[in-house]
Amino acid sequence: MDVKWGSLGQVALVSFGATVGVVVVFALGVRALAARQEARAHGATGSAQGQVAGVCFTVCACAVLYGLYLIIPQFH
Amino acid sequence: MDHITFLVSMVIVTALAFDFTNGFHDTANAMATSIATGALRPKVAVAISGVLNLAGAFLSTEVARTISGGIVADNLVTPGMIFAGLIGAIVWNLVTWLLGLPSSSSHALFGGLIGAVWVGAGRKGVHFNEVLDKILIPAVASPVVAGVAALAATYFTYRLTRRSDGDTVAKGFRTGQIASASLVSLAHGTNDAQKTMGVITLALISCGALAPGSGPPVWVILTAGLAIATGTYIGGWRIIRTMGKGIVDIQSPQGFAAESASTAVILTSANMGFALSTTQVCSGGILGAGVGRRLAEVRWGTAGQMALAWLVTLPAAAAVGAVAASVVVHGGTLGTVLIALAAAAVAAVIVVLSRRSPVDAGNVNDASTVPVRQVANAKAGV
Repeated sequence: MDVKWGSLGQVALVSFGATVGVVVVFALGVRALAARQEARAHGATGSAQGQVAGVCFTVCACAVLYGLYLIIPQFH
Repeated sequence: MDHITFLVSMVIVTALAFDFTNGFHDTANAMATSIATGALRPKVAVAISGVLNLAGAFLSTEVARTISGGIVADNLVTPGMIFAGLIGAIVWNLVTWLLGLPSSSSHALFGGLIGAVWVGAGRKGVHFNEVLDKILIPAVASPVVAGVAALAATYFTYRLTRRSDGDTVAKGFRTGQIASASLVSLAHGTNDAQKTMGVITLALISCGALAPGSGPPVWVILTAGLAIATGTYIGGWRIIRTMGKGIVDIQSPQGFAAESASTAVILTSANMGFALSTTQVCSGGILGAGVGRRLAEVRWGTAGQMALAWLVTLPAAAAVGAVAASVVVHGGTLGTVLIALAAAAVAAVIVVLSRRSPVDAGNVNDASTVPVRQVANAKAGV
C-alpha cells in the first residue's frame, strides 16, 4: 500500500490557500463596492473605492481564468 | 459494425443510461447553492450546467486508459461484468435520488464494477489496496478539506463585510456564485462524461469493433456528452433541495465560499491524480460554509444521513452489481435480458414513487426535506 500522504497534504494546503485567498479578495471587492455606494450617497465620488473594487474583481477574474486553464487540457 | 454483439449493445445502452443518472444526480453539486440563494433561477441554472457538461465532454480528449483507474483488473473484465456493474450503479443512483440523498455517482460506478468483477472473475480481479488508496482515503479527506476551507472563507467573508450594506453584499456574492458554479459544472463534464466514454470504448474494443488502444469515436463522445447534459438539464430536483436547503440555511456569501472551496479541491486533486467524488467535496463545502457563519442553522440529522449514504454507496452498488453479474455470467443472453428488464422495472417503480411527492423547478426551494410518502400539509410544514 502506498498512500501518497505528501500529495494529499499538498492538495489540502493548496486548496485551503486558494479558497481563502480568492474568497477574501472577493469579499474585499464587495466591501469596497458597498463603501463606494455609501460615499456616493454622501455626495463624494467614491472613485477610490471603485478602483479598489475593480482591482479585487480583476484578481478574482484571473483566478477563474487560471481555473479554466487547469480544466481544459488543450491549454497544457 | 457487425462486430457489435447483443451484449455490447446492451453495455452501450446501459452506459448511456448511467451517464444520464450521473447527470441528474450531480446537477446539485454545482447548482444547488446558486438555486437556494437565488443567484440563478432554477431552470436557468440547470440549463447552464447542462451546456457546460456537454462542453466539458468535448473538451477533454484524454481518455481514461483504464475504465476504473486500476481498481479492478481490466484484463479480466468482460462486457457482461461491465453491464452488471452499470446496472448496480444505476439502481443505487435511482434509490438515493428518490430519497433525495446526494451520494457519489463515481462510488456507485466503482462499487457496481467491484461487485460484478468479484463475482465474475473472483477475488483476485479486485485490487483492494487500490480501493483503499484511490477511493476510501480521498473520500474521507476531500470533504474535510473542502469543509475546512469553506468554513474559514465564510468566517472571513462575514467579518470583512459585516459593516457593509446587506443588499450590495448579497448581490455581489450572487454574481460571484454564477462564476464559481459554472466552473464546478465544467470540471464535472470533463471528468464524469469521460468515465462513460471509457466504458463504451472498452466494450467496443473487447468485441473487436475498435482496434486496441484507440480513442472513442465521435459518436461515442457525442452520445455520452448528450446523455450527461440531458440528465443535468432534467435536474435532480430532490437532491438539489437537500443540498441547497436541507443541510444549512445558506446565504449567497456562504454559497460563494462553498463553491470556491469545491472548485479549488476538485482542480488541485485532479492535477495530483486523485480520483474523488464531486458530490462529497461539494457537500463538505456546504457543511463548512454552514458552520462558518455564526448562528447559521446546520441540520446535523440530514448531514448524518448523507454521511451514512456515502458509507453505504459502494457496498450497496457492489451488492446489486454482484447479483446482476451472477445472473449474467450463468444465464447468458437470457440472463442479460432478465437483468435489463428487472432494472427497468425497478427504475419505473422508483419514478412512480417519486411522483407521489414530486420536487421540481417550481417547488425546489419551498421546503428543506424530501418526503417519499405524501404527508398531509407537507408543503405548509418546514
